[in-house]
Amino acid sequence: MFRKILIANRGEIAMRLIRACHAVGAIPVTIHSEADAQAPHATQAESYLVGPPPVAASYLNAARILEIAQAAGCDAVHPGYGLLSENAAFARQVEAAGLVWVGPPPEAIAAMGDKVEARRFMAAAGVPVVPGTSQPTPDVEAARSQADGIGYPVMLKAAHGGGGIGMQLVASPDEFDKAYKLCSSRARAYFGNGDLYLEKAVVRPRHVEIQVLADAHGHVVHLGERECSIQRRHQKVVEEAGSPAVSAALREEMGAVAVAAARKLGYVNAGTLEFLLDASGRYYFLEMNTRLQVEHPVTEFVTRMDLAVWQLRIAAGESLDFGQEAVRHEGHAIEVRIYAEDPVTGMPSPGTVEQVAWPENVRVDTFIADGSVISPHYDPLLAKLVVHGTDRQHAVAHLIEALDGVRLTGLKTNLPLLRRVAAHPHFASAQIDTGFLERIDQPVLV
Amino acid sequence: MPEIKAHMAGTILDIPVEVGQTVAEGQDVACLESMKMQMFIQADEAGTVKLIKVQPGDFVNEGDTILELS
Repeated sequence: MFRKILIANRGEIAMRLIRACHAVGAIPVTIHSEADAQAPHATQAESYLVGPPPVAASYLNAARILEIAQAAGCDAVHPGYGLLSENAAFARQVEAAGLVWVGPPPEAIAAMGDKVEARRFMAAAGVPVVPGTSQPTPDVEAARSQADGIGYPVMLKAAHGGGGIGMQLVASPDEFDKAYKLCSSRARAYFGNGDLYLEKAVVRPRHVEIQVLADAHGHVVHLGERECSIQRRHQKVVEEAGSPAVSAALREEMGAVAVAAARKLGYVNAGTLEFLLDASGRYYFLEMNTRLQVEHPVTEFVTRMDLAVWQLRIAAGESLDFGQEAVRHEGHAIEVRIYAEDPVTGMPSPGTVEQVAWPENVRVDTFIADGSVISPHYDPLLAKLVVHGTDRQHAVAHLIEALDGVRLTGLKTNLPLLRRVAAHPHFASAQIDTGFLERIDQPVLV
Repeated sequence: MPEIKAHMAGTILDIPVEVGQTVAEGQDVACLESMKMQMFIQADEAGTVKLIKVQPGDFVNEGDTILELS
């Protein structure tokens, strides 16, 4: 095992990874920006100043991060999620510096990072993909005729994009030209590349993803699915394991497809294949996240495995000491993401935590405490509250009670929205899809 | 003189207009990133860009003027 591990992240995931380092007997080393000097990941570990508050100058400053890792005598780098976690060039630099990258091979990151390339790879590996273009569309005329061929509604996506900003739903042909131009110019402005591709829009889909774990010795297993349909602006808000829409047979089928794809990719470490699942049980590959997911705790609850620890063990060269048949799915787990955002407008809302108290008998992954300053420079995620029950009904009841027990004052959060979701009859009956939040999330009329 | 202000603290990512350019109501005049979310700021009325007070990369506080229209 490693002696010292650099955690190139901040917030709740840095705290999570500090715990994982302690669990394997390694010394965690962290980096912090000037804005995070008092953050717990900086004060509760050996920590070094990485730069000024903006991420470009701090948590994305690859050269400085490598310098710190080497000066501190680290032998591995864990990138967490977001930030540099899916940056193949950084992974290569880490390896070139003689350190171990806690993540997949850089080639796998690069192959899955190009969404057009990833689709092509997965289709060739026998993974169902949403019908669409396999090449970036050359221009609006060609794209319009491709859209006619695919059939409306279609989704326009930035080839180099991510998150919600590079996506645009086009309901009918008369909206096409305007949507194409807008999406392309935004893609050019934000991803440095205006290439778009087209996909058939799956109507009322569920978001279901499969967790895979692969070691460097050819063992690949899947840890079942997570359902993450409750999203806002393509950002997940509530996640569950397992999915109420996935039977044991479908889990086995999707899991086998994911394992085969990971093998073909030469994948190592933890990864997630995201799918859209339609009402008839057809599933389509969306993208692969070549890192630890924010929502990994729900899988940890139902499988009783520690994914962050497995990431470290795999990176250190250990073999998976269990086979697929040993993977259990016990009970049901639900995670909600508590964001610093205006509960009515959904806009991010930086500020200062006045007081925070959590209920008992739940897992809370967080970094906030009384007085924590939540900066506009970083992600609005404050905490993940995770519950586990013997079945979904128990987990939902536990969630309602737990959310009622959260005390968090001083800044605006989405807690009112989370409480509304947890108590919603359609959530109880699992009638959810990616449009759920939009339908229930109407501003309160006064 | 209509001013377009930042509705929250964040970093200016892009100003897709130039001084002297006419903008329509509802047109994107700035992109602001706050807490990793990118938001477009739109002109709430038509006009001509008279002055741009920020540039990409600048950090703005809530209420800071981004540009002036005439």
